[in-house]
Amino acid sequence: MAVKVIIPTPLRPYAGKQESIELQAGSVAEALVALTTRFSELKKHLYSDDGRLRSFVNIYVNDEDIRYLQKEKTSLREGDTVSIVPSIAGGSHIA
Amino acid sequence: MSGVLLKICDGLLHRIGAHGVETYPHECCGALLGRDGDDAREVLELVPLENRRKDSPRNRFEVTPDDVHLAEKIAREKQMELIGWYHSHPDAPARPSEFDREHAWPWYSYIIVSVQQREPRDTTSWRLRDDRSAYDSETIESAAHSATR
Repeated sequence: MAVKVIIPTPLRPYAGKQESIELQAGSVAEALVALTTRFSELKKHLYSDDGRLRSFVNIYVNDEDIRYLQKEKTSLREGDTVSIVPSIAGGSHIA
Repeated sequence: MSGVLLKICDGLLHRIGAHGVETYPHECCGALLGRDGDDAREVLELVPLENRRKDSPRNRFEVTPDDVHLAEKIAREKQMELIGWYHSHPDAPARPSEFDREHAWPWYSYIIVSVQQREPRDTTSWRLRDDRSAYDSETIESAAHSATR
C-alpha cells in the first residue's frame, strides 16, 4: 500500500529535511522499517537500545493513536497517513 | 545543524521564571515559538502549558501529543516555528538531568530555569547532540527587546 509518513520538525534533519515521506507498507511496523531503512539516522531517535519505540514517540494512523488500535501491528490501507508525533518529558535530578 | 546561540528578550525570560515561581514546588513547562536561522535562533513567543505529569510533578514534567499539536497550531497561526521547550527545576540546578537526556528530541532548544525557594535563579538552554550522547549548551543572548521581530 502507498502510505504517507509525516515527519515531525525535530526529525526532519535526519529524513532529508522532508516533511513527509511516501512509502509502501502494509502495517505500521512495515512503514517504520521502510522509513528507518531509507533514513538510518532516524533509528536511534525512534527506538531505544532494546529495540522498542521510545516512550515519547507516538504514532498515529489517520489521527488515531496506535496504542488504541493494534499498536505496531496496525494494518494500513492505500492512502493512509502515519504521523510521528512527539510528546515532551523531562525533569530534575532530585528524587 | 544551525548555531548554538539562542536569542530571547528579557521579558520572555522573566515570564519563564515567573511561570516557574507560579507552579513551585512543581515543575512548569511550555513551548518556545520563534525563528530558526543559520547562525542563531530566536524565541519570540511562549506558550505556557499545563504539566501533565500528575504523579511526580515536583521533579518531572510532561507535554502530551495534544499539547504539542496545540503549540504547533499556534506557531503556524503566528507564522513562526515551534523551536523548543522550557521547564523549571524546583530547588535543583538549571542543568539537564539524565532523565532529560533520555527523553529529549534532537533539534529542539530546551530552556531550563532553576527555581530556588520560590525565586527564579539561573536560566540555561541546551540542545541534544545528534548521537543522543549528551547535551550541548546554547548561549542565551537576552536583550531588552527582540531585534528581528
